[in-house]
Amino acid sequence: MSYASVLRCRKCGREYSLEPLNLCDFCFSPLEVSYDYKSVAKAVSREKIAAGPLGMWRYEDLLPVDGDVVDIGTGFTPLVKANRLGRELGLDELYIKNDCLNPTYSFKDRVVAVAITKAREFGFDTVACASTGNLAASVAAHAAKANMKSYVFIPADVEPGKLTGIAIYNPVLVTVEGSYDDVNRLCSQLVQRHNWGFININLRPYYAEGSKTLGYEAAEQLGWRAPDCVVAPAASGLLFTRIWKGLEELAMLGLIEPVNTHMYLTQAAGCSPIVNAFQAGTLHVHPVKPNTIAKSIAIGNPADGYYALRVARQSGGGACAVTDEEVVEGMKLLAQTEGIFAEAAGGVVIAGLRKLVASGTIKRDELTVAFITGAGLKTQEAVAEVVHPLTIQPTIESFEEAFDK
Amino acid sequence: MVKRQVMFTFPPELIKEPIIYNLGQQFKVVTNIRRADVNGNKGWVVLELEGEGEDIERGIAWVTSKGVRVDPVVGDIVEG
Repeated sequence: MSYASVLRCRKCGREYSLEPLNLCDFCFSPLEVSYDYKSVAKAVSREKIAAGPLGMWRYEDLLPVDGDVVDIGTGFTPLVKANRLGRELGLDELYIKNDCLNPTYSFKDRVVAVAITKAREFGFDTVACASTGNLAASVAAHAAKANMKSYVFIPADVEPGKLTGIAIYNPVLVTVEGSYDDVNRLCSQLVQRHNWGFININLRPYYAEGSKTLGYEAAEQLGWRAPDCVVAPAASGLLFTRIWKGLEELAMLGLIEPVNTHMYLTQAAGCSPIVNAFQAGTLHVHPVKPNTIAKSIAIGNPADGYYALRVARQSGGGACAVTDEEVVEGMKLLAQTEGIFAEAAGGVVIAGLRKLVASGTIKRDELTVAFITGAGLKTQEAVAEVVHPLTIQPTIESFEEAFDK
Repeated sequence: MVKRQVMFTFPPELIKEPIIYNLGQQFKVVTNIRRADVNGNKGWVVLELEGEGEDIERGIAWVTSKGVRVDPVVGDIVEG
């Protein structure tokens, strides 16, 4: 049984019933799921959660779903103590939350699992999304599992290699000739014309809640405590706000001590509207045109930018942008110290973390969790320069000769 | 008749121009402002446009041609 009570406007506080609805009718601000926390507090305990399934659905009492869930095996990904990387950066207690290890290789499985479960509850037989890769793959995979039809809209210039990881699940794959902005405009109109569960539009309030499980898991895996510092990437800003919400909820429910976590968001300098606003001291996120290799987080007009900024400020955290060169260095550093091949967004996190430690913003003794949200195999072109093998003939002499060089 | 929720972001040089008034007058689009923040340096307005689909499209194209950035109020829909 769900403990979700209403959808509430994040700006003006107006309440709406739990429907496929994402914007407040009055001020057009995003809606958020509210819960009956008193009842949740009676229902959950550390022991009950620990005895639950080894995946994100162990936190089902804290998610807005009723009945059968759509589960492709998402969550409870490793939290790895990163000693080598920590030494390199100057941190004694660094952990990597490795969300590359979800079924479709990114954290999107968490949000989509909740959104598709709700889509089925609401009676939709078709779901849709617009994506440059990770979201599309996850939606197609979950729709396959739920036996639903899915439409995924992809800008036509997306790397062909990414299409296979989406098409294999047999969605209706639509490539749209036009710019990123054109695809945005088209999809905002499609939402109004078709009775679809549009994963990150009319299902967005539910979709968002899936990201809380990253915060829950990190806290549980640390032995039921919140980290001192969190470093996470920001695209729309939603993930960042929900890691925070997850930690706050655990504290509110008495499952961890009050949260004193500093939240740091990282973006690529070629698309850093939230970092720009943070540095300018404003709460208005001015849209930008993305131009970075970190395409999975290149959102020029972030829907939750304002709320991500507030979390960074309220938590005494910060915001940090890194160049594409630093992103590549970050990807290599993570792979070559911890054996984790992250996508470019992971490079943004590691490069941002490096800056935050170097500047003394994050201190050596602070327990820090860096969130790695997608796998590197999807964006291999970003680090293609690392491939320079020793080419030899199939003889010992040839190998020895090459090896001696 | 259709409705579109959009955000206009104005560069400083357009702050003093009655863009929204002209949009309504020239393109038969009803404009309904829900949130806004305008000062001497910049301005943004979240509003609903109501009218014939074609008029709204032409109106948005005109506003864009004046130098105003027009975005869906839900932010970017295309995600990673």
